[in-house]
Amino acid sequence: MSADVGVDFQTSSDSDATPLTTTDELDALESEAIHIIREVAGEFDRPVILFSGGKDSMLLVHLARKAFWPAPVPFPVLHVDTGHNFDEVIDFRDAVVERYGLTLEVASVQEYIDDGRLSERADGTRNPLQTTPLLDAITEHRHDAVFGGGRRDEERARAKERIFSLRTAFGAWDPSRQRPELWNLYNGRHKAGEHVRVFPLSNWTELDVWRYIAREEIELPSIYYAHTRDVFARDGMWLTSGPWGGPRDGEEVVTKTVRYRTVGDGSCTGAVESTATTLDEVLVEVRESRLTERGATRADDRLSEAAMEDRKKEGYF
Amino acid sequence: MTTDLLRLATAGSVDDGKSTLVGRLLYDTKSVLADQLEAVERATQGGGDPDLSLLVDGLRSEREQGITIDVAYRYFATPNRSFVLADTPGHVQYTRNTVTGASTAQLAVLLVDARHGVVEQTRRHAAVMALLRVPRLVLAVNKIDLVEYDEPTFSTIAKEFHEIAERLGYDDEAVVAIPVSAKRGDNVVLASENTPWYDGPTLLDHLESVPVDGPDAAAPFRFPVQTVIRPRTAEFPDYRGYAGLVGAGTVRVGDPVVVLPDGQRTTIEGIDRFEGPQERASAGESVVLRLADDLGVARGAVIAAADDAPEPVTEFTATLAWLHEKPLVPGRRLLVKHGTHTVQAMITEVADRLDVQTLERVPGPENLEINDIGNVSITVAEPLPLDDYERVAATGSFLVIDPQAGDTLAAGMCAPRS
Repeated sequence: MSADVGVDFQTSSDSDATPLTTTDELDALESEAIHIIREVAGEFDRPVILFSGGKDSMLLVHLARKAFWPAPVPFPVLHVDTGHNFDEVIDFRDAVVERYGLTLEVASVQEYIDDGRLSERADGTRNPLQTTPLLDAITEHRHDAVFGGGRRDEERARAKERIFSLRTAFGAWDPSRQRPELWNLYNGRHKAGEHVRVFPLSNWTELDVWRYIAREEIELPSIYYAHTRDVFARDGMWLTSGPWGGPRDGEEVVTKTVRYRTVGDGSCTGAVESTATTLDEVLVEVRESRLTERGATRADDRLSEAAMEDRKKEGYF
Repeated sequence: MTTDLLRLATAGSVDDGKSTLVGRLLYDTKSVLADQLEAVERATQGGGDPDLSLLVDGLRSEREQGITIDVAYRYFATPNRSFVLADTPGHVQYTRNTVTGASTAQLAVLLVDARHGVVEQTRRHAAVMALLRVPRLVLAVNKIDLVEYDEPTFSTIAKEFHEIAERLGYDDEAVVAIPVSAKRGDNVVLASENTPWYDGPTLLDHLESVPVDGPDAAAPFRFPVQTVIRPRTAEFPDYRGYAGLVGAGTVRVGDPVVVLPDGQRTTIEGIDRFEGPQERASAGESVVLRLADDLGVARGAVIAAADDAPEPVTEFTATLAWLHEKPLVPGRRLLVKHGTHTVQAMITEVADRLDVQTLERVPGPENLEINDIGNVSITVAEPLPLDDYERVAATGSFLVIDPQAGDTLAAGMCAPRS
């Protein structure tokens, strides 16, 4: 047996000048995300940041500002607007775009429904309808890289997602065609018409996100904090009353003190009962929570065991 | 509150119970939330205790086949430390996954079945970890309950593994063997009463207390330039900075540096972040560097310590781990991505191929196929400032890319200069 593949390992004890690097977790995650964002700036022509005004997309914008400071963020942001929005979130979105001088692109699900390119689902949920307007917007603006706030801790199919995730011209995710990702060398090569989804927050957990938001004092839409709201119960979640079809017969509207853990389509994003009105209180709640944020508040992910896997294959985020 | 971060990889053979071990770590550290556990309980066949391996088998095709086919990333945390775990499948044909997981790992957990001991795959995985220079190894001797918690069985396996690791270049202190039962929970998170003869740490105790080896902070300074920051705004009309992640070493304001491959010398005028200027930056930090001279540096350049910089070369030798179904064909046009620079390349010779069963190098193979590891000679169209991977991983590693399809074909590690 040969020891050729072996190599002598240097132990750190032989260097008295070893500078101790900080391994603070949030610093490490931040530097990794900034590195990813800058790689996209270096390798792609027309990147865009998916931006809903929710906490993950606010985090992306914050990290992009840091990555290019003192220059402005060199990418536009794209909102896939389901038409079932919380007013607070749309106002917040517009204020952020204004404050940081961003360019906002909007892909409107409502327009697609109005002109017949999409039809409303029987259950009223519009999250699955976002895929077509998203892909059309990517094609129309010729975006070759699309930043998303997806994290691998969210769900089992996402645990296998790459940081640079190649999509076909139809936006499809083919798990068997994903490239191995080694070290921090990302391979962004793609053919004309294909694009790459990029997930700088891949290695963050929900708790990391909230700790970082607290540390950086990142402003969020008010619905992330406890407030009173008229809600009705459906599928074990508190849904807010609104033009998206609720409450239906037999669903009783009650007033509750709630907050949102994710911000999505109003028809299927549930609120959780909460009294957390400050970031610190939210942090305590997240630490103690016994449900994942998707399990708690996303009806669309509870459709089946493989719901996310199927939607990703079709070109969802 | 600050916590640190440990990146680890797991590897084992198909039936060693790796998914169960990872599931156990998540379960016992309370990283499994109620809805995930309910989904597992619903899916566990025949009732009884939840099948913890279901927590980690992600894709439907994997669940249907009862195997893991791709690297999956898991997250768990204790009050002091957060963990990013690359869960790499153990099939013979999945060496590429092991290589992928190992490339970012500071520690690797290898699994063996106590009934079978060290097998060929264990040697292969250990060899890959050594090749990728994963600093520390843990051998989890699983299913210890199925050998009646027999101490001599464990000791024999542990001794054999320590010998293999030593031959691969590991110091004794970098290697730990732990008797565990992932299914029953012995010594994974909680110390087992069934192994009174074992006085070492549980797996989680070890993961929590093992020193985190920072990314090459003691190595010479290396900084691949990602992008040039030129705001040209009223506030910053003449600002010019070079954005990147410190790949290795530490840099301070005033340090003399050289810009590679061109070789111009200058000094560091400033180190900037969004939060403001700072005096120094170390490996793993994303910063912007300003240089004292206007040198027209672009993406792809490497800023390096002036007194310890690699000589850029167009011909070099390297170890490749071939990752793609398409085999290596010497002479074909390829791309090499090194740091932030992608150049045209050609593999001119395949010198040898590693026999993963004997760990011997077999000279003169015709090509390399998927999961093969071998030494090759490469010619590139533009000079690259390559380091010996053993010394500076960040600038000693590269990807080989198919210029047409864009696929990643191989992972490369530069050999020491002779």
